[in-house]
Amino acid sequence: MILDAPRGTERARHILDVEGMTRDEILRLLDLADTMRSARAERTHRTLLEPETIGLAFYEGSTRTRVSFELAARALGATVVDLGVEGSSVGKGESLVDTLRTLERTGVTALVLRHASSGAPYLAARSTGMAIVNAGDGMHAHPTQALLDALTMREALGSLEGRLIAIVGDVAHSRVARSNLHSLRALGARIRVGGPPAWVAGFSGRDGVEVATSIEDALDGADAVMTLRVQLERAAGAGVPSLREYSRSWRLDERRMAHAAPGAPVLHPGPTNEGVELTSDLANGPRSLIARQVENGVPVRMAVLATVTGAA
Amino acid sequence: MTAGRFGRLTDPPASFLVTDVRVIDPNDGSDVVRDLAVIDGFLADPSTASDRVERIDGRGLVAAPGFCDLHTHLREPGDDAVETVASGSRAAARGGFTTVCAMPNTEPPLDEPARLAWVLERAENASCRVRVIGAVTLGRQGEALADLGAMADAGAVGFSDDGAAVPSSRLARSALTYLRGVGRPLIEHAEDRELAAGSEMRAGPTASRLGLRGWTPSAELTIVERDIALAEETGGRLHITHISTAAALDAVRRARGRGLPVTCDVTPHHLALTDAWVAGSRRFAWEEPDDAPIDVEHSYDGLCRVNPPLASREDALALLGGLADGTIDAIATDHAPHPPERKLVPFGEAAPGMIGLETALAIGLAAVEAGHLDLARLIAALSIRPAEIINERRSLAIGQPADMVVFDPSTRAVLAADSLASASSNTPLLGVELPGAVRLTVAQGRLTFRD
Repeated sequence: MILDAPRGTERARHILDVEGMTRDEILRLLDLADTMRSARAERTHRTLLEPETIGLAFYEGSTRTRVSFELAARALGATVVDLGVEGSSVGKGESLVDTLRTLERTGVTALVLRHASSGAPYLAARSTGMAIVNAGDGMHAHPTQALLDALTMREALGSLEGRLIAIVGDVAHSRVARSNLHSLRALGARIRVGGPPAWVAGFSGRDGVEVATSIEDALDGADAVMTLRVQLERAAGAGVPSLREYSRSWRLDERRMAHAAPGAPVLHPGPTNEGVELTSDLANGPRSLIARQVENGVPVRMAVLATVTGAA
Repeated sequence: MTAGRFGRLTDPPASFLVTDVRVIDPNDGSDVVRDLAVIDGFLADPSTASDRVERIDGRGLVAAPGFCDLHTHLREPGDDAVETVASGSRAAARGGFTTVCAMPNTEPPLDEPARLAWVLERAENASCRVRVIGAVTLGRQGEALADLGAMADAGAVGFSDDGAAVPSSRLARSALTYLRGVGRPLIEHAEDRELAAGSEMRAGPTASRLGLRGWTPSAELTIVERDIALAEETGGRLHITHISTAAALDAVRRARGRGLPVTCDVTPHHLALTDAWVAGSRRFAWEEPDDAPIDVEHSYDGLCRVNPPLASREDALALLGGLADGTIDAIATDHAPHPPERKLVPFGEAAPGMIGLETALAIGLAAVEAGHLDLARLIAALSIRPAEIINERRSLAIGQPADMVVFDPSTRAVLAADSLASASSNTPLLGVELPGAVRLTVAQGRLTFRD
């Protein structure tokens, strides 16, 4: 959701969630991302965010999201401060709110926050005057991932209106899947989720969402297929007996992809566990959009940062 | 500051005459408008009151037996910055309570007679009677039974490892067996720790929407069913505190149908608030749910984190039904003070619990206004029924010590933090308009609160 400034602040806007974003808001961000991609190549917007100081607070490990936010901020000329959580006073017991208020006082105007607790960006948004961008909170939301996924699918499929997108894996515990559901629905796509029972719990009966109980049913006629990262450390005992058992029933491979629409692309938010969620051949083959997803990360985050700071 | 004045149990006995007050006495089911006199701390025939006795206009007010809270956290010893026996008892008096039962999960826990005695001594000049609940197991560690008989002799009215269930079936069986001889109930916080591990809020569509880990009703039901089976075998008395699911309520209803001495209480917040409050809704269970976007000001608010978690709307309505039909004996607040720094954190890191002594009556009155409860039943569930569970009697008969509350059921006010007598203000009801206000509380013949 793109929220207007809370009372008492001059201009902070936030991107905390995809839920509540309208189709037009999403399309505007995707179009802006296309503009930003050209701008980055042509080095034309290099002072757009010159007045801004953008803080990166990643309380949970990340490579591609953190790096792409940093590159996006620098490409637009912002000053970037990375709150290396390990090296900060976070380890000394300082609370999240106190740390963020300190960052605000040092001049940070927009904060990119990743946190293991769902809802942490909402706490940040109401406790500080900074513009907050949610870079992934617990199992709740990962809006910029959903935007770059939508951008990638739009490039591959054209309009998403009426398209059937299959999302396979641990949907119930995935912030990526949760945000994709909202963005893809807003763009007119139909969704089918598939996975072991505990991983698709809570999705039956949702408007525009089907639940499939086998990989074949999940893929049947799908225009694009997204498979999710299996959390290796918590898979066993949390819905599936073993990774081997999961792969046996749910791993994507070329043979299973024959159930999908001809040429249907494959997406994965990364990092992949090749051989677990999908075969190496598929991940690196012609159907794969995984590399393009990563490439689209920077222009999407340029668009998001320009939006929350009011620069675009 | 809190409006009104507080008194203590050590004050001189009160004398006053309330005229034309609606007296609701669940002891005999009576509901009449009359004068009510208290002379030197005892209920008296109004015609004997002299002209020097203060007269209070009771028109529009309700008089009832004093309230009894079976589940209060006074935080002493160990955390007196958050609440004390003194401040908690003032919150109780302001809420119309004349008795609170202090839970033993203090630091150190109340698991031996001397610690119970320490609390009782501090409570001698409190603003309500303070009774103590002893820990079931030593140090609340769930490994060995504490000296339950000695604690009963020191005043324990029941035993609980509140914050957790007695973890092992074997130990729960031992406790119920032994307590049969002691004549006190096992007060169970029914939660299977393995099923509940890591949960952040009630499982369901809202938890799924918010990406919070869900607590499933089986976590409560498995312990309730276990304890009912053990109570049936041993003859021990079982009280389930803060029951929060329709499934557990049905189990209690079936047990009582077989004639077992199983009782239970529900908190005001499990009756009226729902899991939608975690998403920012501020509608009561009996109101039509809103379909609002996740609200930035109120969503993921640590003030809404409680254990057991706020119920689904369906369960809250079932609990209201269970209270109305008497399956649920009592309303107990689970008044749980916490400082802001333990609440102004990401939702799943927030300490569970909210204060409740000063809002219990208001929430009950809101349920009455909504047609889910009648006023006499609400009063019984706040006063004589919980009192019976700890062997206290409440009477509005002439000659008895005055132990009563007089409240205005129809006034309305927005709850403000600076109006609270509690030393803490952790409740999501701040800013919400609520009905009702206590005007007088009289405990043991002493005026403990007056507004």
